[in-house]
Amino acid sequence: MLRSLNKNQLLILRELAFNFNKSLTSVLVKISQTKNIPLSTLKLNAKVLRNLGLISIGEFNGKRSAGLSNLGRAVLTILDGVEDLKEKAVVRESIDIEFLKKKAEIVRKHIIRTIKKAGSGHLGGSLSLVEILVTLYFSKMRHDPSNPLWKGRDHLILSKGHAAPALYAVLAEAGYIPLDLLDKLRELGSPLQGHPELTVSGIEMVSGSLGQGLSIGIGMALGMRLKNINSRIYVILGDGELNEGQIWEACMTASKYRLDNLTAIVDRNGLQQEGFTEEIKPLEPLDKKWEAFGWKVFEIDGHDFEQIVWALTEVENVWGKPTVIIANTTKGKGLPEAEGNNLYHSKVPLA
Amino acid sequence: MRRALSKALVEIGEEIEEVVLLDADAASHTGARKFSELFPLRSFNVGISEQDLMGVAAGLASIGFIPVAVTYAMFALRAWEQIRNTIARAKLNVKIVTTHAGLSNYGDGASHQCLEDIALMRVLPNFTVVAPADPVEAYEATLSIVKSSNPFYLRLERDVNDPIYHSDPNFKVGEPIVLVDGEDALIMGYGSILKEALIASRVLRKAHNISAGVVDFHTLKPFNSNFVRKAANGVNVIVTVEEHNKIGGLGSAVAETLATNSNRPALGIIAVDDRFGESSRSLIPLRRQMGLSSEAIVNKVVSLLEGDAR
Repeated sequence: MLRSLNKNQLLILRELAFNFNKSLTSVLVKISQTKNIPLSTLKLNAKVLRNLGLISIGEFNGKRSAGLSNLGRAVLTILDGVEDLKEKAVVRESIDIEFLKKKAEIVRKHIIRTIKKAGSGHLGGSLSLVEILVTLYFSKMRHDPSNPLWKGRDHLILSKGHAAPALYAVLAEAGYIPLDLLDKLRELGSPLQGHPELTVSGIEMVSGSLGQGLSIGIGMALGMRLKNINSRIYVILGDGELNEGQIWEACMTASKYRLDNLTAIVDRNGLQQEGFTEEIKPLEPLDKKWEAFGWKVFEIDGHDFEQIVWALTEVENVWGKPTVIIANTTKGKGLPEAEGNNLYHSKVPLA
Repeated sequence: MRRALSKALVEIGEEIEEVVLLDADAASHTGARKFSELFPLRSFNVGISEQDLMGVAAGLASIGFIPVAVTYAMFALRAWEQIRNTIARAKLNVKIVTTHAGLSNYGDGASHQCLEDIALMRVLPNFTVVAPADPVEAYEATLSIVKSSNPFYLRLERDVNDPIYHSDPNFKVGEPIVLVDGEDALIMGYGSILKEALIASRVLRKAHNISAGVVDFHTLKPFNSNFVRKAANGVNVIVTVEEHNKIGGLGSAVAETLATNSNRPALGIIAVDDRFGESSRSLIPLRRQMGLSSEAIVNKVVSLLEGDAR
């Protein structure tokens, strides 16, 4: 099949790889004009591609539009000579839930210890994220701690940067940074800043000011697509963070560009600094909001490894849409006196 | 300037594959349209959402692209916090190119005019801030944005086609250009208002027998304080001129430098007196209303020199 594709067919595939929400005809008209090829010729070739199953036509936001099928994407990847980076990935064959549970326990201890030692830090919102981060770094993400800048890696942006202690603990357990560095959290001169900076191996982006990570994830996802690199971009958002308007600007941009390599994870712990999310700026119905913005939504228990693994696997099978996992969690999870108690939002637990 | 921008952007795009254009739905007004027509796969219109614009640019830069985010100066500042907290902090290779700066958007009034951007961009670590004076320099300055991998703020004005340069200005980031030599006074400025400085210099020579030099101080950051110190040793009066609030602009930067210099010539700051602009049907009357004219420059130089003599 690869050899039988002609130049015009390749042009159409390449154009479709980067054009989203457009009808097949408008894409063909554009090629016809820019490359000076008769429209009828292109139409015939497009028909061949459809019959081969390389392009598919579907509805998007009520409009008929064309795109590459998974097969088409794969064929284009091979034809354009890009090595399939997925093959090299560090993927655990079978997921060992017991292993993840043990890791989570260790990570929780790191978080509580390091925030205590630092004297300040966001305990509640770090503990609610533990299972999600552990699953990502120890089973789902393709990454290589011994080669942090490996170009085929998946990227994670901790948009809710105040949960940095959780990310640092996971990065240390994964081997990005030495374990004893964790005790330097918030110490003057330490790379482990209160909110993520690029001084830490494994941190892909600065954060701390809420609402910015999703747009950054979009930039990365668009860029990966341009480079034809098969990486996934994960953006972890707080639920309180969804108060920020930029999140919803980004939501529309992601669905416009059909970024199916972008996955947002909402840590839905129900609390923000001054109280319940539903009292301060009600978010519900949250799933319907994301859906209306053109996202495919998955809702899970964010402390249940099996559900997390399920959702993170499902998002890989969604085509043509960005995906969001709404993970229902408990703020302060694992520390009984902190669970659901907002006194532990950014304070140190008493020893 | 927009035509110069358009031409230079296309040239950069042809030369460097990693250059991508980011637009917040203003391409036909900013001069970015041509690029998006020629390189549709490398052009992204995120809609009227400047905060998202800066974030998407940051993401692209972080994986090796050179995003050029083009929008109105005033509305780029809407995302100042995003620029500060992501682009500047992570020192990302994002090029922010703004148009309609100063009073150049005279018709639309205060909401669209921008007299604050130099102050707000100058205070950000890691940024380079450049404001060219005419289309020739705007073209050269645009080509220069890809010559470093730092975050870059390029400030352009709308429809300013009055030439100041008739040949290659030999533009280099950080190196002010002496347009006219002077022995008594030095007028420093940036942007198209330099035209008024050139007129003032001629009037000073003819009517007052004063030798007043003119300097195109196009780079506001990194600020060439050595140039200012040297200039301070050579003249009795320095006058800055800019289409910007008098707070935080070139005048402030020069004052900051002179304050710690042993040699301190008299300093005059011609700028907007801490107020907003307003609508006008053409640029010159609005500038006059805001106290920006060759006459104002002449008067300032003359009065400072007289004061100096006394």
